Amino acid sequence: MHWVEFLKPLSLGAWVTIQLTVYSTILGAVMAFTSGIGKLSPNWLIKGISVIYIEVFRGTSLLVQLFWLYFALPIAGDWIGVDLRLPPVMAGVLALGLNIGAYGAEVVRGAIQAVSRSQYEAARALNFTPRQALWRIALPQAIPEMMPSFSNLAVQNLKDTALASLISLSDLAFKAEQLRNFYQNSETIYTIILFMYFGMALVLTVIMRALEHSVSRWRRVRK
Amino acid sequence: MLFGYHWDTAHGEWAFALSILPMLLRGLLVTLEASVVGFFVAMVLGLILAVLKGARSRIVSWPATFITEFIRDTPLLVQLFFLYYVLPDYGIILPAFLTGALALGIQYSAYTSEVYRAGIEAVEPGQHEAAKALDIPPRRTFTHIVLPQAVPRVIPALGNYLVSIMKDVPVLSVVTVLEMLNVAKIIGDQTFDYLVPLSMVGGLYLILTLVASAIVRFVDVSLPKRGLPLR
Amino acid sequence: MTEPIIAFDKVVKRYGSHIVLDELDFTVAQGEKVTIIGPSGSGKSTVLRILMTLETISGGVIYIGGEPLWHERRNGELAAAGEAHLRKMRTQLGMVFQQFNLFPHMTVLRNLTEAPRTVLGLSKAEAKARAEELLQLVGLTEHANKFPGQLSGGQQQRVGIARALAMRPRIMLFDEPTSALDPELVGEVLNVIRRLAAEHDLTMLLVTHEMRFAREISDRVCFFDKGKIREQGTPDEIFGNPRMDRTKQFLRAVREGE
Repeated sequence: MHWVEFLKPLSLGAWVTIQLTVYSTILGAVMAFTSGIGKLSPNWLIKGISVIYIEVFRGTSLLVQLFWLYFALPIAGDWIGVDLRLPPVMAGVLALGLNIGAYGAEVVRGAIQAVSRSQYEAARALNFTPRQALWRIALPQAIPEMMPSFSNLAVQNLKDTALASLISLSDLAFKAEQLRNFYQNSETIYTIILFMYFGMALVLTVIMRALEHSVSRWRRVRK
Repeated sequence: MLFGYHWDTAHGEWAFALSILPMLLRGLLVTLEASVVGFFVAMVLGLILAVLKGARSRIVSWPATFITEFIRDTPLLVQLFFLYYVLPDYGIILPAFLTGALALGIQYSAYTSEVYRAGIEAVEPGQHEAAKALDIPPRRTFTHIVLPQAVPRVIPALGNYLVSIMKDVPVLSVVTVLEMLNVAKIIGDQTFDYLVPLSMVGGLYLILTLVASAIVRFVDVSLPKRGLPLR
Repeated sequence: MTEPIIAFDKVVKRYGSHIVLDELDFTVAQGEKVTIIGPSGSGKSTVLRILMTLETISGGVIYIGGEPLWHERRNGELAAAGEAHLRKMRTQLGMVFQQFNLFPHMTVLRNLTEAPRTVLGLSKAEAKARAEELLQLVGLTEHANKFPGQLSGGQQQRVGIARALAMRPRIMLFDEPTSALDPELVGEVLNVIRRLAAEHDLTMLLVTHEMRFAREISDRVCFFDKGKIREQGTPDEIFGNPRMDRTKQFLRAVREGE
């Protein structure tokens, strides 16, 4: 079978991979900001939850988290009488998003703390509330700092989506396995998808770089 | 039954948990072994890549850079499958464990090569200038001046990647390596209770990464920041 | 006798065991222009920072317009002030920082309108009008859409002054406003402060090393040393005829540096 004929079925898988990446990266971004900012909160409950979330999801393996959500959570649900069976898509997006969010949280926290204290003083002098100071003064200055790390995390997330194939999600890796089982042409098929992942990663990097470019316009001004 | 131990599903959750602990710990051992071997491969391969990337001849450095990017931007799972299914076609037949460790090593060599580059480049140019002024030959400059100063910067970053490798070991379960997650999954498949084994694996991982991170931090702190002392 | 707009009553400020303000008694009358001079570490900037609520006090009471600043009256007693009270008191004060502290990610115009819109609730048009008026006052109208990174130090500080004025404070605090500037840029900032002093009824508290300027615009000069006012009086008295040895010593050292 000519390798070009593999491309159509694989492209269907690639589309699923892209969707997985987009949804989980969005979830990851939300988790990163809420827990990264939450870790800086003076409220000990918010801070505690954020710290626990970050430590648990950074300290355990992604595949373990994925399997836990897909295989173990339903059983916990049985114990308390609630139906917690997650469809593969949900388990996949959830595991990926929560995982990448924990890593992102540290990036967010670090960047916010890197904003100079004097900015907060100026904000206080102008009578901004701490929340206004965070959202209008600190975060906009912190975000350009976060972008390079976010770019790396986004590509990492893309690679991690391949693990979702292990809970039968029809992503690119899963489709490749299907084809391989049928045609026994491992070398060709895997080479193709390696290049497809590589291509997607490059596109993602370009997108992230463009994003980085647009949020740091004010940093590039010259006298 | 696994590794010669029996699980106990008849006396409630705690007895069950206790009975599978030895099996999970065996799996943990495999996890550690795979991590260490993979880490070694990553360190060696990474060094080779770093040297090739820094070569003056572009015929050497550009392919090396491309290969590093390619490895870094493609999933470990696919790289693992590739090695596992394709290598035998070329007559290289490795036990699953070694194939897995090799895949880990290759994936992380892309990262370690960057660590080496960064560590070497972080040694101030002033050091190179001083060495040149003192007429020290380039090779000796590298081994006696640059390297001892690069190592303390490089070790903590490498150590963190070792911890990352440990977290990636479960991927090896797809090629039948009996690390922790695989053990838990087998137990779950046969007892229909995934919750206890998987939760325990999660807990063991937390402990593992906490201990490993603490060790890395300890090594980082006890290394002299200015460079390894040379007598 | 009208009530002083600022009154320090035995104010103490401690950092650990180090005493920065040592039972300081200090008053400022409404509309008065007071300059604080003294060696570094004498507590001059701390006075301003405490007034701007950037630092807490370790003892004593401060009154602004008769109301306690760091305390609230509750059931007839003085208790530590809550954030709501501090916010209310803060509206009367504005501060200009040595390092300008402009918001780098906002244009000059936005630096001036952000607080009035967000904190005071002004509409976009109202805030813009106020900002343009202030830009004219400080002579930077054509730079409204530039970012702070595109401005010189002197221009940035003038924006800083405009930004503080945009909140219409009763009291303006200047914490070494020209100390971080290249010498040739100092004049443009001093000109703005001079205009403010001459044309407005603001109470102004100025910490500076610019002695000639201080002599020119101040109603009163206070010499600070080791957390207390050692000597105070009219500019002529302090600069022309200082009584205390420490004051003389300080002024002599500063003159030698000029």
